[in-house]
Amino acid sequence: MELTVSPTEGPLLAVSDLSVEFHRKGQRPVRAVDGVSFTVDAGEVVGLVGESGCGKSVTALAITGLLPQRGVRVGGQARFAGTDLLTLDRRSRRDLRGREIAMVFQDPISSLNPVVPVGVQVAEVLTRHRNMTRRQARSTAAELLDRVGIPDPQRRLKEYPHQLSGGMRQRALIAMAVACQPRLLIADEPTTALDVTIQAQILELLKELVQEIGTALIMITHDLGIVAGMCDRVNVLYAGRVVETADRRALFAHPHHPYTVGLLRSIPRLDGARGERLTPIPGSVRDLLPWQEGCAYAPRCTRRSEECLDGLPALVEEPDGRAYRCIHPERAGGPTRDTVRVGA
Amino acid sequence: MATEPAQRTSPPGPIGRRRAERLDRLAELAATPPDERGESLTRETLRRLRRSPMAMVGASIVLIFVVIALIGPLLTPPPSWLPLPLYSPIENVGLEQIRPGQIPGPSGDHWLGLDHLGRDELSRMLYGARQTLLVGVVATLIGFTAGAVIGGVAGAAYGLGGRIGRWIDSILMRFIDLLLAMPPLLLAFSVAAVLGRSLTAVMIAVGVAATPIFARLLRGSMIAQANRDYVLAATSLGVRRPRIVLSHVFPNSLAPVIVQATLTLATAIIEAAGLSFLGLGNPDSRWPEWGTMLAQAQAQLAVQPMLAVYPAIAIIITALGFTLLGEAMREALDPKLRR
Repeated sequence: MELTVSPTEGPLLAVSDLSVEFHRKGQRPVRAVDGVSFTVDAGEVVGLVGESGCGKSVTALAITGLLPQRGVRVGGQARFAGTDLLTLDRRSRRDLRGREIAMVFQDPISSLNPVVPVGVQVAEVLTRHRNMTRRQARSTAAELLDRVGIPDPQRRLKEYPHQLSGGMRQRALIAMAVACQPRLLIADEPTTALDVTIQAQILELLKELVQEIGTALIMITHDLGIVAGMCDRVNVLYAGRVVETADRRALFAHPHHPYTVGLLRSIPRLDGARGERLTPIPGSVRDLLPWQEGCAYAPRCTRRSEECLDGLPALVEEPDGRAYRCIHPERAGGPTRDTVRVGA
Repeated sequence: MATEPAQRTSPPGPIGRRRAERLDRLAELAATPPDERGESLTRETLRRLRRSPMAMVGASIVLIFVVIALIGPLLTPPPSWLPLPLYSPIENVGLEQIRPGQIPGPSGDHWLGLDHLGRDELSRMLYGARQTLLVGVVATLIGFTAGAVIGGVAGAAYGLGGRIGRWIDSILMRFIDLLLAMPPLLLAFSVAAVLGRSLTAVMIAVGVAATPIFARLLRGSMIAQANRDYVLAATSLGVRRPRIVLSHVFPNSLAPVIVQATLTLATAIIEAAGLSFLGLGNPDSRWPEWGTMLAQAQAQLAVQPMLAVYPAIAIIITALGFTLLGEAMREALDPKLRR
């Protein structure tokens, strides 16, 4: 199948009003994603940030069509190069996965099949999408492993996942993901399961690959350090909705939404005063309101007022492309930090 | 299970001993090198098997049994250069020693004595081992294959999703439930009765009786594997579902089924003996089989009870061997019992 892919006018991926509801017999449906909208331009690195349970991963799975078929209701739109991924039939969507859109997951050991040699798993993608013979796929797989920085690829091809180190496993998974030079790569917390030195290497590798093959990258993470090091644009998610969108610099310099402010205050800084205490956000993501009844963050917010509970707060869009959903935004002169110097 | 370290150190009081045991166990934990976490399932299982006394006993019994089954027929009668008091299992070598109400017991010429037709009991036991092993292995293979096909198809259909998949799975599994509802021995009897008296019938009967266990096990195992991350990862790269099932889900689902096969060998041997005992086995009762021998010894119970004891003990020990080995394998593979 050939999707009629128009040379990109507008964004590569435009997600609008995406919602995902999980239905279970005898239980109230759970709305994990509640009207998420964001765009990704070709070759751009976009961050999806938020704490656990805010809908980051579900958003990614919904876009790629990897959510289970039963008991899940997906609404909204996700236009990839003009085609709505959510209404695409299963077969075309499967053809698209791996070739145009690929994913890298959080836990490299469980994402690799333990009983199949790594080389076979990499070659699998090549034979599937690039119509290669086994032999071609094998040599290309070796090149790919070499490209992602796995030494002695010929030997590694024959090895099983448990024989590789954690970092090498993630490299192998990245090799599989970029095997067909996809136009969109989704990395779902790709470094969470790795230790810090390896994290930096993997992020560096992702950055290189993004530039080399010109793929766009959606970086799903809860680590603002990673965002600061990699992303062009950042979407902060809370309770299944984007609460703030901004360029990286603008976001770190002048966060507008109180949640973003809270996130930034709760990470350690190198330039902070000695013995300075971190300010955690009180409560947890579970203490939320349905967005329809007001700002979901209101129960945890320090700036809340009566109006906050007066229905969905309107999206405020500023001319420079940033947007936030808050009635009482922090303005310039809020938190006084120009850059965040953490992590990669 | 008493661990070795507990025996090595035996401090006075019960409290002291328990503490010592705990410390020893801790020491053992600390002694295991950290890089073992990266070990493959097979290697770790083998390592744990080697340490388990249960596995070692079971494996020894199984090994001895297999060796006897393989060389037994070669030794009955033995080659001329080997002076062993063994004979052909169907030759009535000691017929003149048999009197009404008198069957001679063990002697220098006949280590386990004679049976009621003057045949050497030890030779018959050795020869019979092969029959038993053959029935056990073939029956288990039949059950394994049939179960793997049914369970594999059901698991794949379920895992592939879709209404039709669930339908296929339901139909297959209700059929399996039907088989499971019947006691396995009764099921084997019925099949053997339908197929008539022959060794093949016994094998098929015992195999059919073992099928539902394999089917259910493999299906469950495959469905569990279908939710694993590597399946999601492969799906996210567009790998087609038949390939995911065949090369990802299926190979990962086999471990428990293989363990079950070991356990099934034990039951298969007992069931095969049971069928022969009840006269559903090989119609040519001249050729020895432990179950048949047991049945024939029944008539001589008052005269020479040992004739029943030998095959009975042989069956019990063999079944025990396979059970011990299977249980040890199950424990070695059980993630809950690791470390």
